[in-house]
Amino acid sequence: MRVKPNSLLARWQTLKDHPALLWIGVALLAVALLALPFALASVGTTWVRIMNLAILFALLSLGLNIVVGYAGLLDLGYIAFYGVGAYTYALLASPQFGIHLPFWAILPIGALVACIFGVLLGAPTLKLRGDYLAIVTLGFGEIVRIFFNNLSQPVNITNGPQGISRIDPFRIGGFSFNQNETLLGLNFSGPVKYYYLLLAVLLAVVVINLRLQDSRIGRAWQAIREDEVAASAMGINTTRVKLLAFAMGASFAGIAGGIFAAIQGFISPESFVLVESIMVLSMVVLGGMGNIWGVILGALLLSFVPEILRHTVEPLQRTLFGRSLIEPEVIRMLLFGLALVLMMLLRPAGLWPSKVRKRELTE
Amino acid sequence: MTALLEARNINKRFGGLEALTGVSLAIRPGEIYGLIGPNGAGKTTFFNVLTGYYPANSGEFLFDGARLNVNAPHQVAAAGIARTFQNIRLFGNMTALENVMVGRHVRTHAGVIGAVLRTARTRNEERAIHERAYALLEYVGIAARQHDLAHNLPYGDQRRLEIARALATEPKLLALDEPAAGMNATETATLRQLLVRIRADGTTILLIEHDVKLVMGLCDRVAVLDYGKKIAEGVAAEVQRDPAVIEAYLGGVLA
Repeated sequence: MRVKPNSLLARWQTLKDHPALLWIGVALLAVALLALPFALASVGTTWVRIMNLAILFALLSLGLNIVVGYAGLLDLGYIAFYGVGAYTYALLASPQFGIHLPFWAILPIGALVACIFGVLLGAPTLKLRGDYLAIVTLGFGEIVRIFFNNLSQPVNITNGPQGISRIDPFRIGGFSFNQNETLLGLNFSGPVKYYYLLLAVLLAVVVINLRLQDSRIGRAWQAIREDEVAASAMGINTTRVKLLAFAMGASFAGIAGGIFAAIQGFISPESFVLVESIMVLSMVVLGGMGNIWGVILGALLLSFVPEILRHTVEPLQRTLFGRSLIEPEVIRMLLFGLALVLMMLLRPAGLWPSKVRKRELTE
Repeated sequence: MTALLEARNINKRFGGLEALTGVSLAIRPGEIYGLIGPNGAGKTTFFNVLTGYYPANSGEFLFDGARLNVNAPHQVAAAGIARTFQNIRLFGNMTALENVMVGRHVRTHAGVIGAVLRTARTRNEERAIHERAYALLEYVGIAARQHDLAHNLPYGDQRRLEIARALATEPKLLALDEPAAGMNATETATLRQLLVRIRADGTTILLIEHDVKLVMGLCDRVAVLDYGKKIAEGVAAEVQRDPAVIEAYLGGVLA
């Protein structure tokens, strides 16, 4: 491989030659990540909550990245699997049915149920290509949401548009994730505890993604994306490998959904609308399809920027004009549109693209 | 001698067009078998039926002593038939080495769990895939370009890479669809050497080719297709003198 002397890759390789430097870098990053919630909490607990949602979206984006980034299948109904995971958790840990299973039992169930939904959707539809698949998945996402909305009759399962409330937080024995606790003079609030849990899950998902990317299965996904006909001539069972991508992406979304339900304590069909699917897809595309770090960056940016706007735009308008002229939501969508146009013009492969995707789009 | 591949009465229609009519042929183990014919004779259609891309309307294939299941391309590859494509189909944005590594897919087993846990077995398999892929690049003579992207390789090297990738599936029968198309004389000569070597190393070859000189010098036996029918079969030199073949190529009887 020809490496440009000053490229990021070259710097990474020199870093690799100095393991001590690399480990110092990793240690600094780890300390920063561990200290982050306290820094955020000093500004306001809201920001820890926003951070948690951002990590949840990063989890979702990494799951979708397997489907869209690795296998090249456009899925516009991805949020449905998130919803399935969330409802699975809510139904098994709330007064809705009076069932209160522990979270470590429900999360795998949620992943499995979402996975089954992924296979149910994928098996008949993965013969479709490109836009056609996108349309079918979009429809699927809407169908699932409509079911959430209407499964209150004749038997009340989902409680319809009112949603399910008083969902159990994560609990291990007497240790609950939504109580304040003081340890070594530090105040561990509920959101801070969830932050650490999410960080651990994110780390696990990143490792799984990295290892898959660099494996026999990862190569098969890439081959299918490049040329499905040639891939099948290599003995790759294209339908099965695509289904695998679908099922894996769905399972990650199922786990993320379960955590979401526990953190919020309340879910309703409104959280799983089409716009959310598009949001997750935007995170993947904005950050850089196929590149794990790019995808996480995209998720963090698209989660935080709107919140920052919400907290600055309105006060700014009040001080300038004495009243709010433009709603933050409107500004958010304007900026969002502007960002997408700029991206298409300047960085079509994403902010931090994978090497391969960059080649595909520029050559 | 029993045949490695036997096609029995293959028929393929596209609407009203009879693309293949009752084509039967037998390829013996260890030979280079040529399939020739004018444009539109049905050679590539035959390839696509054999390798599972088109379903045949009737007829069957016997391969290596058993009925060949031609329902899906990946099953044909697993059975031991590898193919190349008339217009090269490489994984353009993957490196030459990665292309050949994909070819190892059908003979390796690591799944999601093995990949995620990175078990000793997976790591060993991955190392073996890597070594085998590199060896195959050396075999076809393009190991120096292992890290180049497939679409950046010169045309002749792309053809070789496609052959290396096909060989990675450990085929008993290597089916090549016009491998010399677009090659200059030197490239064709090295291709011929490569094919001779592949056969010497124990792989039977089915060759579709337009370059009559290459076919005549290289193939042990040749079948000629015209309008979807087999009009001649035999040793190259005999087939060349067959009046039906001459008519098919030149049109009309030469007085």
